[in-house]
Amino acid sequence: MSETKKGKLALYWAASCGGCEIAVLAINEKILDVAALFDIVFWPVAVDAKVRDVEKMPDASIDVCLFNGGIRTSEQEYMAQLLRRKSKVLVAFGSCAHEGCIPGLANGNNRRQIFDTAYRETPSTENPENIEPQPKSQVAEGTLHLPVFYNTVRTLNQTVPVDYYLPGCPPEADRIWDAITAIVEAKLPPPGSVIGADTTVCQECPRKRNEKKIKKFYRTWEIIPDEETCLLEQGILCCGIATRAGCGARCPGVNSPCIGCYGANEGAQDFGARLMTALASVIDSDDPQEIDRIIREGIPDPVGSFYRFSLAASQLRRRRLPV
Amino acid sequence: MKHDETLRIGVYVCHCGTNIAGVLDVEALAHFAEGLPHVALARHYKYMCSDPGQELVKRDILEYNLNRIVVAACSPNLHEPTFRRAAEDAGLNRFLVQMANIREQVAWVTDDSTEAFTKAQAHLAAAIRRVAGHEALERQFVQIQPRAMVVGGGIAGIEAALTLAEAGKDVILVEREPTIGGHMAMFDKTFPTLDCAACILTPKMTAVKLHPFIKLLTYSTVESVEGSVGNYRVKVRRKPRYIDESLCVGCMMCIDGCVFTQAKFPNPFDQGLGKRKPVWIPFPQAVPPVPVVDPEVCLQIARGKCKQGCVTACGERNAFRFDQEEQIEEYTVGTIIVATGFKAFDPSVIPYYGYGRYPNVYTSLEVERLLNAGGPTAGKLTLRDGSTPKRVGIVHCVGSRDANFHPYCSRVCCMYSLKLAHLVKEKTGAEVFNCYIDVRAPGKSFEEFFNRVQDEGTQFIRGKVADITPANGDGAEGGGLIMNVDDTLLGTIRKIPVDMVILAVALEPQADASDVRRAFGISCSAEGFFLEKHPKLAPVNTANDGVFLAGACQGAKDIPDTVAQADAAAAKALALMDAGQIELEPNTAWVDEEMCSGCQTCISLCPFKAIRHDAERKIAVIDPALCKGCGTCVAACPSGAAKQHIFGDEQISEELEGLMNYV
Repeated sequence: MSETKKGKLALYWAASCGGCEIAVLAINEKILDVAALFDIVFWPVAVDAKVRDVEKMPDASIDVCLFNGGIRTSEQEYMAQLLRRKSKVLVAFGSCAHEGCIPGLANGNNRRQIFDTAYRETPSTENPENIEPQPKSQVAEGTLHLPVFYNTVRTLNQTVPVDYYLPGCPPEADRIWDAITAIVEAKLPPPGSVIGADTTVCQECPRKRNEKKIKKFYRTWEIIPDEETCLLEQGILCCGIATRAGCGARCPGVNSPCIGCYGANEGAQDFGARLMTALASVIDSDDPQEIDRIIREGIPDPVGSFYRFSLAASQLRRRRLPV
Repeated sequence: MKHDETLRIGVYVCHCGTNIAGVLDVEALAHFAEGLPHVALARHYKYMCSDPGQELVKRDILEYNLNRIVVAACSPNLHEPTFRRAAEDAGLNRFLVQMANIREQVAWVTDDSTEAFTKAQAHLAAAIRRVAGHEALERQFVQIQPRAMVVGGGIAGIEAALTLAEAGKDVILVEREPTIGGHMAMFDKTFPTLDCAACILTPKMTAVKLHPFIKLLTYSTVESVEGSVGNYRVKVRRKPRYIDESLCVGCMMCIDGCVFTQAKFPNPFDQGLGKRKPVWIPFPQAVPPVPVVDPEVCLQIARGKCKQGCVTACGERNAFRFDQEEQIEEYTVGTIIVATGFKAFDPSVIPYYGYGRYPNVYTSLEVERLLNAGGPTAGKLTLRDGSTPKRVGIVHCVGSRDANFHPYCSRVCCMYSLKLAHLVKEKTGAEVFNCYIDVRAPGKSFEEFFNRVQDEGTQFIRGKVADITPANGDGAEGGGLIMNVDDTLLGTIRKIPVDMVILAVALEPQADASDVRRAFGISCSAEGFFLEKHPKLAPVNTANDGVFLAGACQGAKDIPDTVAQADAAAAKALALMDAGQIELEPNTAWVDEEMCSGCQTCISLCPFKAIRHDAERKIAVIDPALCKGCGTCVAACPSGAAKQHIFGDEQISEELEGLMNYV
């Protein structure tokens, strides 16, 4: 990028919690450097530019778009397509855009179940008329439109082609800055790459490790872990062995297990499958019944444990249910 | 799929005479392949494995610049090496060849040409997509140490050791007991020729002792095995004999000199029927002829106080070493022959046969010792009270062919029961009743021997013995026994009064077989006997290269089969050692050092102990010489750092994609 001409940057927020927006600000004063290097042409949370402004931009006129969030609704799908068209480089920013993240866990249910829970069944819901979102509603003033709520959450690259991925829930500030630097200095890896480490959290974790043999899995509230030994060896389901490095092993650093937000390591195809085969291999028993008991008692929610961040991006993508 | 314009795949569909072409339209299949991405040419030919077939591949590689080859023919077990070699002859790396098995997996399993064609398409497409991702690999070789270890000193181990030594190889023979000889040394005669077991065995035992190339380690066990084919490092635990083997001349004066004037401890070699002293030797012809001291009952060792008559008797030879301790010795060998033998089934777990409850119910092995001239009764067959039996029942299939114990046939019990019937009759003139399910006498001269024993007047009753009960109700000493048997030929229940019952017990795996199996990195079949690599194509090999099997540890068998197998194992070991080197499997696993974070999930999973943790670099390291390419670590590696040649994620998923598109 030449010194004279500022680049154009867009940021967008689809099916996500908003944490990624905050994470951009977590680079602190460096945000000023970003503002010096880029014109922020679109960032609904911070900049007053409208969708119709983006629609009017020439195609490929935005240099970089940092897109966070998965694709759950027709509006998000439209914005993904629009920003893809308008951007030279589209970055799936954060776990939701990258792998579906927590919203993707809803792929264990269908739209009907989600609506029933959200609009009818929770104890705090009072909805005697059974009102739920409709794509079109007639009112006196005319027709109102709401985005269509899809049955399945998709990742960004299941919707449009993506150039780079920045993993994490949310991405660490230092990694965000690394990525911005790489973009500015034109030192990006080949398109399609995840911008990050190609090893796992264990590499960054200072705990002592040995050969793994697990007799019992503990849930986090059941045990106060020793602070120096590998958490997994203590029977705590720590996903660090399968999770891409980059966070500096923050969670294990505060005696809490890695939950896998950076996703699978480079080249590994399915995070949950990787983790499951690894754990299945180190359960210390030859008795099928005992193994069954160890798994059932220690891991009551296998999908939530193994695919907390990556169900939408996994080989299975979702549970098969009638729409 | 990888789109690489430089890919030029040659596809060859084999007719295999009419084996494939009889079911599949091979021409249409070749035509189908031609239309797939990156396929430069596709042909079909009558016999691809023939010289002209291979020539076709070689010529095409040169003429059409092919850089990948797919042969749709038989199982890769049969001809993958053939086509790999052909490719290599034409200058193409041998690992850029993939086979699609359209014979065993397609043509042979259906008559439906349409379905077969669809499936063949799937196999072909899978192979073509897979081979696109193959990489050129280097062939790797390891050197083989020209030294062998034989584990187990029964007839199998003795035979294997002698054959190897006669071929000029150094052999280390390890035996757990104080003497070599194994079960065969316990027997009186051997079927069907009735040669005296000792007469044919002891010369071989002595030959082992005297052979300059054999190092005999008795009273020793294998502690651990490390390394791999060509360079196994074996630790051997040597139990203390409390007698210096190199000083003892085998005069046995110490046994006479022992302060115990009477032998009072059961001799395990005599199945406890004979007695021994604290210093003892299993039998007079034991090799080495060196006594051993039992530390549990020797007064000097157990209580530290004894007049040491043995030491006095030993005199100036001064061979006693009461302070001897267990020692671990390490040996490096190129090949290993496992010949750890069998264990006789313990019939006391069958309550209705009364073994251990009725004194005159014996196992066959006990009777072997009673009949043996060197045994506790000097060859006189007697009951517990010393009298001679007049009516003897022999129960076949005790623990064998029985869903409650072992479903398999132990193969030798019929024949040794016939032999025992003959010997009992010869020595005592007793009436003998053999109760059998079937008499299995399929070996050379076996049926003739069966006829001979029938002619001698042994009674044969076809039926499984239901139970054995005391004739006088309480089974007290001296009281006779009743064999209750359903005579299926007469169609009636018979109660046969006898005064001695011999239980023809099964052969089963040694009690510690699974430890031995793990130590040597070999597998076992369902019943626990060690598993050969292939029952027909590699009957003495194991899944662990350089480890071979001989004798009853691989499955129940008689002495002639054992000896033949021992020589086969020796020959296989010799072939390996004389070749001097062995090619490693190409599909070994490797660790991407950048990706590995040293989590150590894989270390304990490797069945071949090929992975170690490099504590300094904090990564897992796989020794390619030890890796057998099983893929366990690759599947278990959570970070995807463990990878495997020829079985990369991309190669496997491309193969699956190819399959799924046509299924």
